[in-house]
Amino acid sequence: MPVNQNNEEFRPVIVAFCCNWCSYAGADLAGSSRLSYPADVKIIRVPCSCRVNPMFILRAFEKGADGVILCGCHPGDCHYSTGNYYARRRMTLLFSMLDFIGVENGRTRVEWVSAAEGVKFSETMNSFVAKIRSLGKNVRLGDLRCKN
Amino acid sequence: MQELITRAKALLESGEVQRVLGWKQGEHIYDPEPAFFDSAEALKDFVYNGFCGANLSKYMIEAAKLEGKTLVFLKPCDSYSFVQLMKEHRVDREKAHIIGVGCKGKLSVNKIDADGILDIQGAGYPDCADTLTVDTLYGQTTVSYKDAMLERCHVCKGKEHMVCDEQIGESADTADSDRFAQVAAIEAMSPEEKFAFFQSELSKCIRCNACRNVCPACSCRKCVFDSTKFDSTQKANTTSFEEKMFHIIRAFHVAGRCTDCGECSRVCPQGIPLHLFNRKFIKDINSLYGEYQAGVDAQAKAPLTSFTQEDAEPSIVAEGGLTHA
Repeated sequence: MPVNQNNEEFRPVIVAFCCNWCSYAGADLAGSSRLSYPADVKIIRVPCSCRVNPMFILRAFEKGADGVILCGCHPGDCHYSTGNYYARRRMTLLFSMLDFIGVENGRTRVEWVSAAEGVKFSETMNSFVAKIRSLGKNVRLGDLRCKN
Repeated sequence: MQELITRAKALLESGEVQRVLGWKQGEHIYDPEPAFFDSAEALKDFVYNGFCGANLSKYMIEAAKLEGKTLVFLKPCDSYSFVQLMKEHRVDREKAHIIGVGCKGKLSVNKIDADGILDIQGAGYPDCADTLTVDTLYGQTTVSYKDAMLERCHVCKGKEHMVCDEQIGESADTADSDRFAQVAAIEAMSPEEKFAFFQSELSKCIRCNACRNVCPACSCRKCVFDSTKFDSTQKANTTSFEEKMFHIIRAFHVAGRCTDCGECSRVCPQGIPLHLFNRKFIKDINSLYGEYQAGVDAQAKAPLTSFTQEDAEPSIVAEGGLTHA
């Protein structure tokens, strides 16, 4: 364990679903450009943002995530032409439903990050982690089994 | 009712239809259940009264696999579900003979019970009556017909049948309240209040899956909720979020296909207002992607299987652009 780590500090668990063609490559570029973003972000690679079904997001929360972000190609740039347009409609409805049942709406986000946008990827992750830190621990969606 | 039986008998005897899908008396007078009738003699059990809220459209999926035509009775709101199933190629229009039955609002036994009227032995089905006479173990009593109606009848979609071969009986539009008023009231609450509201409602859920089983839009042969890996297959509650997850996913899977027939709320043994989830999706779809009523047009594009380049970004939710729209 790093000696300089403050154990009192809240370390959120962030799940980032990244599309294989744009955002995952964007994350790669952020890495090879030596841009930093918090290690709290756990990236899950998906073939397309459209692959993410609402259950993935809810499951991530249930298993202890404090924030879930979905990154995909910019609208119009989808590798499969139209996948992200469908994802956009679904996620809008899902986020609206989460808001409806009283879950803080800052815990979910969709960002379009292209393979050339390493800087945007790192900035997005930094701002999202900051947002989740300010919201604190996710108590409304968590699975009680995973708690100490 | 007699008119329906006579017509059904005539169609059965002429050989035009092989069977009749209707309602028969359940255990009590107030719970008629969907039933198939194979012969004219069997039709003696047929009933149609104010408690026949059950939507028969979903049973037509099975009927489409049987030999010959099936006669089915659909109320105006049930016909939306049938059109939606036609759109999804789950029912066969050629194998259905549809009689559009008149409906002037259906009754909810829970609402009558809530008025303290128990042990119902019988109830008439007066057309256009203001009061409903109920026979109970303790004598005859009356309730206001309007007060005893199902929630869905207060937001009636209209008296027109979306699909039918012939019509028997008069219908009436019983709508007397705003369809989205309840949803808007919840949207106006603070996040804590919303969470507390749904926590208290959904913690009543006993996971009987009745809402899923009855839903005409929810007709996949393999269902995610039957997977042993899905959390809510166990009866014990390990997390307070399991019910919410179940109900969000249930509503999401029918988003854009739900005709708002209200069957989920009608069958819920715990009285959870499940239609709120479906209606929230309908409200959002209407405000974001244009007015859409599932089950009106079998050719129309469904909102979640189409898109436009100008669609709103999901960040609209965090910006509060939806609730105040």
